[in-house]
Amino acid sequence: MPASDHSPAAQIPGGAVFPHGSLTGIAGLQPHEIVFLLDEAEQWVDWNRRHAKSQHPLDGLTQINAFFENSTRTLLSFEIAGKRLGADVVNMHAAQSSVKKGETLIDTAMTLNAMRADVIVIRHASSGAVQLIADKVDCPVLNAGDGAHEHPTQALLDALTIRRRRGGVAGQRVVICGDLLHSRVARSNILALTALAAEVRVCAPTTLMPPAIERMGVTPFTDFDAAIEACDVVMMLRLQNERMAGAYIPSTREYHLRYGLTLERLARARPDALVMHPGPMNRGVEIASNVADHPDHSAITEQVEMGVAVRMACLDVLTRRARGVEGWA
Amino acid sequence: MKRAFTNARLVCPTRGIVTGTLITEGDRIVSVGQTGLPSDTDVVECKGLTLAPAIVDLGVFAIDLPAFHAGGIARVGLMPDQSPVLDDPGIVQRAALIGKPTLWIHPIAAATKGLAGTDLAEMAINRQAGAKAVATGRGWIADSGVMRKVLGYARDLGLTVISHAEDGGLTGRTVATAGEAATRMGLASAPSLAEPLAIARDLMLAEETGARLHVRQVTTAAGFDLIRAAKRRGVAVTCGITPAHLLLSDIAMTDFRSFAHLSPPLRGEDDRQAALAAIADGTIDVLASGHDPRGPEEKRLPFADAAPGAADAEHLLALALTLVRDERLTIDRLFALLSANPAKVLGVEGGTLSEGAPADLVAFDAGAPWQIATEAMTAKTGNTPFDGLPVQGKVHRLFKGGTEVFST
Repeated sequence: MPASDHSPAAQIPGGAVFPHGSLTGIAGLQPHEIVFLLDEAEQWVDWNRRHAKSQHPLDGLTQINAFFENSTRTLLSFEIAGKRLGADVVNMHAAQSSVKKGETLIDTAMTLNAMRADVIVIRHASSGAVQLIADKVDCPVLNAGDGAHEHPTQALLDALTIRRRRGGVAGQRVVICGDLLHSRVARSNILALTALAAEVRVCAPTTLMPPAIERMGVTPFTDFDAAIEACDVVMMLRLQNERMAGAYIPSTREYHLRYGLTLERLARARPDALVMHPGPMNRGVEIASNVADHPDHSAITEQVEMGVAVRMACLDVLTRRARGVEGWA
Repeated sequence: MKRAFTNARLVCPTRGIVTGTLITEGDRIVSVGQTGLPSDTDVVECKGLTLAPAIVDLGVFAIDLPAFHAGGIARVGLMPDQSPVLDDPGIVQRAALIGKPTLWIHPIAAATKGLAGTDLAEMAINRQAGAKAVATGRGWIADSGVMRKVLGYARDLGLTVISHAEDGGLTGRTVATAGEAATRMGLASAPSLAEPLAIARDLMLAEETGARLHVRQVTTAAGFDLIRAAKRRGVAVTCGITPAHLLLSDIAMTDFRSFAHLSPPLRGEDDRQAALAAIADGTIDVLASGHDPRGPEEKRLPFADAAPGAADAEHLLALALTLVRDERLTIDRLFALLSANPAKVLGVEGGTLSEGAPADLVAFDAGAPWQIATEAMTAKTGNTPFDGLPVQGKVHRLFKGGTEVFST
């Protein structure tokens, strides 16, 4: 296990190391707080690999996963994370909820609050929706993705994957390629990776590039062959189906021609470059199968594994105050 | 019955700052700046307050009498975006009458039926019913052929066309101006170019048809350049702005504050500076509140899902006075933007302190400090992007047609 860059836990007593009630984004976090969460996640990686799982710090706590937007992987990851920690996990899907009956988001939040949840995990299609709920409820709130704003646990699991595979994040040259315009994964990753002193490049056709993205401390490219040059990490983004045919790009085959990650393209990166993808992948569109499944380069399944550990760490840390953990009360 | 307003600083867009007494008789001003009091006069001792022509608020979206009165507003131009839309003489006539006598509502009729942007509305009939102008409403007319007909037909009738200048193809369902703030927040954004693109087309059509065009809100540097150049060419164009686009930039959206969700959206700092310059050099003719009350059911939502709009009628004067304190313009010029020019756009009386003008008067303390607070507002709802802002300038009394309709 690589040592963390610095370990403030040893210096700052108790909850001062992570003085946040909720995790709504990477934007509000200091670099040492990101490192703290990564360090916390490390222990759960090893623990998850053991078969007999004996620790249940969240025993008796109720975790509500309120997903206003469809998700399979993230929801499952949060559910497994909560259950491994011993929490009673309840999933609320928007399709089954009164949201469809016209109830406002605030009313739904107040309802969840009145049910005395101990931690609420939220995904919503609108940017800022999670913050809106976090301001109205008494328990910690975890952002599982809000619109095109943030997806902080994805950025943390990506940073953890990079740190474990590359020995650290600082100084790594990372290219993030794909639909940056609509991507919360890209925004959270840009914030986390730049905070941890990586060199971040972003690559997309102009139609999918957010305006003024360079103001976030990244270098924009439209030519993937130039962007991937000598990169340590190649992070591909998913192209949403509804954006494929004509609206932002002419076709998926044209997209593949310009931005698909093939073995030939990957050869321009560092020989030991890491390939990442938040999933689910469109094989043959943004990533070729032989790259996605490459035994040396691909870290895609490891990302999924890190996801559970990171979410366990976040659930654990955010509930410490309520659980009266020594030094956090 | 004569009434003499004494001991006031008289501010008039045409005369400048005048000392002396202002005398009204019935609903009219009969003399300005004379010394000495005629006999049998009712004296209104103004105690050093500023007395100016009451504000004519051009382009409000709701009738909100208490807010208008608290803001020193005696006349409003009501936008056609009502339910039902102001495109029928019965509806127009009703709107024109509801506020009287304490508030005169000048309906701005829809330029196209149902504001749909396709078929011409009955402009002449609606004018007969009381409409003072026609407007495209909250949106832009995308079809250049329709807009050309609207302008040409309105020109025949001598009606000003009030347009909303945002190219709908670029704005689509976006809620912010393209830039760092929108990108960091993950909000769908359109380039500020959407505004000058729309203005350029409407200006060319207005120039060709000879119509009078009023662009209700111009908020971008490129937009001001186009208006400035068109005025120089002699195009019959005027334009307006709201305090939000003068005093706030897109960083006010930070933390997803839906009260800062406006239409057009808040712009970058460069555009805001250009707006301040355009106020100073006379490019901007009208300063209006754009009063648009939105309750929590429309505002307590994620930023993009919330309705745009701010309810700043009662803050308009105090916010506008910051421009005077910052020496962007003089107080008499300010009242050209708040009163005289909007009256001119609508073709109604008022806006000056002159003999024979209606006795629509606002008396205010230009220096009185207070703090804008959502919960203390008299408007129907408290949606203001200026919550918590310390301001100066408090309305004390408002007279409509010589009758006092508001006092603190």
